[in-house]
Amino acid sequence: MSAVEVRGTTSGVRPGPRRRRWTLPRIGAELGMLVVAAIFLFPFYVFLSVALKTPAEVARSPLAFPTDPALSNFAEAWERGDLGTAMVNSVVVASLSVLMLVAAGSLAAYVLARRGSRLSYGLYLLFLLGLMIPLQLGMVPLYQLMRDLNLLQTYTSLIIFEVGHQLPLAVFLYAGFLRALPKEYEEAARVDGAGPLSAFVRIVFPLLRPVTGTVIILSAINIWNDFLTPLLYVGGSPQQTLPVAIFAFRGEFASQWQIIFAGMGIAIVPILLVYFLLQKYVIKGFASGVKG
Amino acid sequence: MTVTQTRSAVTGGPGTEQQRRRRRPPNVPYLLLVPALVFYAFVVLVPTLSGAGYAFTDWAGRRETPGFVGLDNFTELFAAPAARSALRNTLIIAVSTTVVQTLIGLALALALHSTLASRNVLRTMFFAPALLPPVIIGFLWQYILTPAGPLNDALSSIGLGGLTQNWLGDSSVALASVIGVIIWQNAGLTMVIYLAGLQGVPPELHEAASIDGAGRWQRLRNVTLPLLAPATTIALSLTLIGSLKLFDQVYVMTNGGPGYATETLSVVMYKEAFVSGRYGYSTAIALVLTMIVFAFALLQLRGLRRYEVQQ
Repeated sequence: MSAVEVRGTTSGVRPGPRRRRWTLPRIGAELGMLVVAAIFLFPFYVFLSVALKTPAEVARSPLAFPTDPALSNFAEAWERGDLGTAMVNSVVVASLSVLMLVAAGSLAAYVLARRGSRLSYGLYLLFLLGLMIPLQLGMVPLYQLMRDLNLLQTYTSLIIFEVGHQLPLAVFLYAGFLRALPKEYEEAARVDGAGPLSAFVRIVFPLLRPVTGTVIILSAINIWNDFLTPLLYVGGSPQQTLPVAIFAFRGEFASQWQIIFAGMGIAIVPILLVYFLLQKYVIKGFASGVKG
Repeated sequence: MTVTQTRSAVTGGPGTEQQRRRRRPPNVPYLLLVPALVFYAFVVLVPTLSGAGYAFTDWAGRRETPGFVGLDNFTELFAAPAARSALRNTLIIAVSTTVVQTLIGLALALALHSTLASRNVLRTMFFAPALLPPVIIGFLWQYILTPAGPLNDALSSIGLGGLTQNWLGDSSVALASVIGVIIWQNAGLTMVIYLAGLQGVPPELHEAASIDGAGRWQRLRNVTLPLLAPATTIALSLTLIGSLKLFDQVYVMTNGGPGYATETLSVVMYKEAFVSGRYGYSTAIALVLTMIVFAFALLQLRGLRRYEVQQ
């Protein structure tokens, strides 16, 4: 293992690009990974090719590449599925939820991380419990509650749910970060006469920027992709979000897979766009998020 | 912490308070916790507690007053075919996805931590499915796995026609198909966790070990893997808890069928609640699911602690 390894260790530079010869084992490794990747990416090929096929082509061969890309599938899915409305709904719900989540979560974590009392530790554990409890246990009572409050089929019901549901993750991430953050800055501000809230807003919150990025990315993806609760709360209403709208496609377009896939393609464009633009931060966010 | 202290801390408080604070670390008032606590209590705590209570009643759709039925829901659950398969399948899915996904994620991370020219592109690719809505993943694979669909077509065209199956329609392979889809979707997440862990493995340790004559496999076993224990803890917990709660993909791909072959506790619970209107019974199922999640979490915590201590 030899040449590769020895050169790796003697060069001494770690991540950055290293100049290495294209040895036979190395070419083998590259090719091997590319084959693995090709198998892994096969479903994406299917996704794209079906979304671009005419019904006749879909029926003819499931594997062949579309000869005459039918972009009209996308237009049809967009119009008949009213995806524009669903996309606006998803954006509204996700952005308002994330905004409130960041505010409530960072403040809560600030208390829990800075107060060394037994009560604050207990409350911290109570929040963490939310990472484990299956939401199914409270699903029916919460549904009834939302119905009694006349909140079903409104943005409000979904936003309240998403904020509450994502809070444990946000609190966990913020508290972990805050514990490692020196107290001196805010102490200085407090000595200068700032109240706890203004010390938080002016001094602490700006220092939380990296973890705020992680919280935004993780929770935005979770909220954007959420299905079960949006289906229950806003399914079939003009407020329905993208995953719910796509779910309705299956019934509406039965076996017109090209329309279903085109609709699915439209629904994932925003996430993929964000992902490819920010992929470094998304992956880092996931990694540091789960590293705690 | 008293109420007066909280108030004064928020409003700025009298001068004596200010002076006292100078000598103490910042005394953050609990009041700032209230917004989060309200959301969390409304969405998670209160419904969960009342849900746990309803598990012992015969509460059904229109009935105003749920009657206490003791353990009836649970005895029914362990006798009913749908719930029994769901219980079995949930455990099978959880254990198999956790084991296989962790191994695949680890292998991918080790491969892509190296200096392959394509590593950045490949990392991005492998992680992409983990970002997509499970509903969409469900439909995509439902199509891929149809009898005349792309997978069987691909197998036939590379001479593996003997392997073609009715992947989701044959009750002997349907569960395995679902498990495969879940692993495909989430292996990239495990990979990312391990890649983060690998960044914390100091290269000096590897060099020292290889100077001592350790081969590649020995270095992996005795240097890398022990240092990856924290990453393993996180990867295992996330996968396990996630797969125990599995709903979207199954609901979309098979709706629990054929028969009860791919039923999960979440899916049965949903059907009992929102199709049959049996709220009491469905929360009993959810309570069992919750118990299983907690049991696994405890088990894992103890096992991993022992493992980490041994290192």
